[in-house]
Amino acid sequence: MSPFAQEVPLSWYLLLSSVLFSLGVVGFLIKRNLITVFMSIELMLNAVNLSFVTFAHEWHAVKGQIFVFFVMMVAAAEAAVGLAIIIAVFRARATLSVDRINLMKL
Amino acid sequence: MHLILFIIFAGFCLAGAINLLLQTHPINSALSLIVVMTSLAVLYLLLGAEFLAAAQIIVYSGAIMVLFTFVVMLLNAGREERTLGSRAALSVGFPSVVAILAVLSTIIIRAQGLGVARLGEGLTNDPEKSNMFQVSRVLFHELLLPFEVTSILILIAILGAVAIASPGHGYTGDDGERISHK
Repeated sequence: MSPFAQEVPLSWYLLLSSVLFSLGVVGFLIKRNLITVFMSIELMLNAVNLSFVTFAHEWHAVKGQIFVFFVMMVAAAEAAVGLAIIIAVFRARATLSVDRINLMKL
Repeated sequence: MHLILFIIFAGFCLAGAINLLLQTHPINSALSLIVVMTSLAVLYLLLGAEFLAAAQIIVYSGAIMVLFTFVVMLLNAGREERTLGSRAALSVGFPSVVAILAVLSTIIIRAQGLGVARLGEGLTNDPEKSNMFQVSRVLFHELLLPFEVTSILILIAILGAVAIASPGHGYTGDDGERISHK
């Protein structure tokens, strides 16, 4: 395939999406800071969004893109609430390390 | 041209994601996540989703990441100390990640009939056929009610965030003393 090729197989986009998702899961497992764990979740959401857009392109279905739009809205709401919870946890425990946060009770 | 753009921005995506995992300071992780999201916006543009590319930059790399960096700075989050994590993560988590990745890539590579993405496909001056027109037609006719419901969802989320994060609910440390209002 020449480097100036005008077309890219859609499976490459899907592969990128699955690799990004796996990196998000790895980040979720190895990160020890509450905020970066949350960032890994956002990374997974973005990876899934990419595969949504890819399939919307494949089937010329605009509803796939609208699904991504709704995912973005829900992610915005989720980020607001999640970061508020992180602030509340930090205020109660004075730490962000997930190893030290082992009680749900504030 | 499409291939070059794809390789460059997919590389940015992967580099940003790997950098997110390797950095120990949360602010560096947040900045690399911004790189990932912005390159994803370019990939959306390559796939002909102009509206989503704009929304991705505004909502994700704009609003959400500003929120993240704001919280990182507000909480003065320092360097994280690396521990090995739980035994469950080591014994179950990482093999499952490898398994998920293997299964997904096998399915994707074996998939028949997946098309190709062409550069500039679907980009048009014709207002009846543009991506924005199609998205808004479905969004504001067929899916108007879900769209309005998301605005209520975001309103509730704002109220919840204010209620959860407002001082006065918190207790300091182990002695359970209530933080006084200031």
